[in-house]
Amino acid sequence: MTTSQIFFGYFATVMTVLSLLVVTRKNPVHSVLWMLVLFIHMAALYLFLNAEFLAAIQMIVYAGAILVLFLFVVMMINLNKEETMPKFNSQWPVGLGIGIILAGFLVSIAGKITVLPELGKYSIEAVRAEGSMMTVGKVLYTEYLLPFEIASIVLLVAIIGAVVLAKKRIE
Amino acid sequence: MVPLSWYIILSSVMFSIGVFGFLTRRNLLIIFISIELMLNSVNISFVAFSHYLQSMRGQIMVFFVITVAAAEAAIGLAILIAYYKNNPTIRVDEINLLKG
Repeated sequence: MTTSQIFFGYFATVMTVLSLLVVTRKNPVHSVLWMLVLFIHMAALYLFLNAEFLAAIQMIVYAGAILVLFLFVVMMINLNKEETMPKFNSQWPVGLGIGIILAGFLVSIAGKITVLPELGKYSIEAVRAEGSMMTVGKVLYTEYLLPFEIASIVLLVAIIGAVVLAKKRIE
Repeated sequence: MVPLSWYIILSSVMFSIGVFGFLTRRNLLIIFISIELMLNSVNISFVAFSHYLQSMRGQIMVFFVITVAAAEAAIGLAILIAYYKNNPTIRVDEINLLKG
């Protein structure tokens, strides 16, 4: 066991337990807060994979924006009535079976990936010489410029849609 | 060195937990959180492949997945709020009416 394997083992165990906690808590506030811990672990795993830019984005966008949005919505909803209800629906054994079968299938094919494309030019040294953010930015603004612009339109549509859906109806 | 398959296994286990939560929970908010969990587990495998293949495409894809996840969360929660104004419940087995 090398140090990196112990490091990964800690993160894999904790992330699996946290995911289970997220989907099984009764109170949505607890779920969202466990999700926050999960996102922090995920950002650390991105750092481990030499993706510094994505680690920062994970913290700022997911932990900072999306989870706060969830927490605000939780505050607008009366949770007292929900607390008394059973948390799983009546078909939960089927859902559990589907989850276990899917996990078994995906895990069984995970080790069998043998055909991989040839390595690209972004080795650790090449990325380190330029910096992670500059490398991502160069690829994003040249090769992926059109998808980037479409992403901005998606965000614009989301802003307008959220405002239109949540505003008071004007008679 | 950590093998690539370990990341894939972690990603698939988290994805399956997300599927389990999506299929079994009654609370609409936790169903949304399960969708976020599934998107995040896919991001892990994207970044792992990006690192092991020394390619930037995986990281760019994660960037777009985060964009779509943010849009999805905003729209989904707005629909939830709009529904809650008419019928004060967020239990999916009680939501059977779309017109307010």
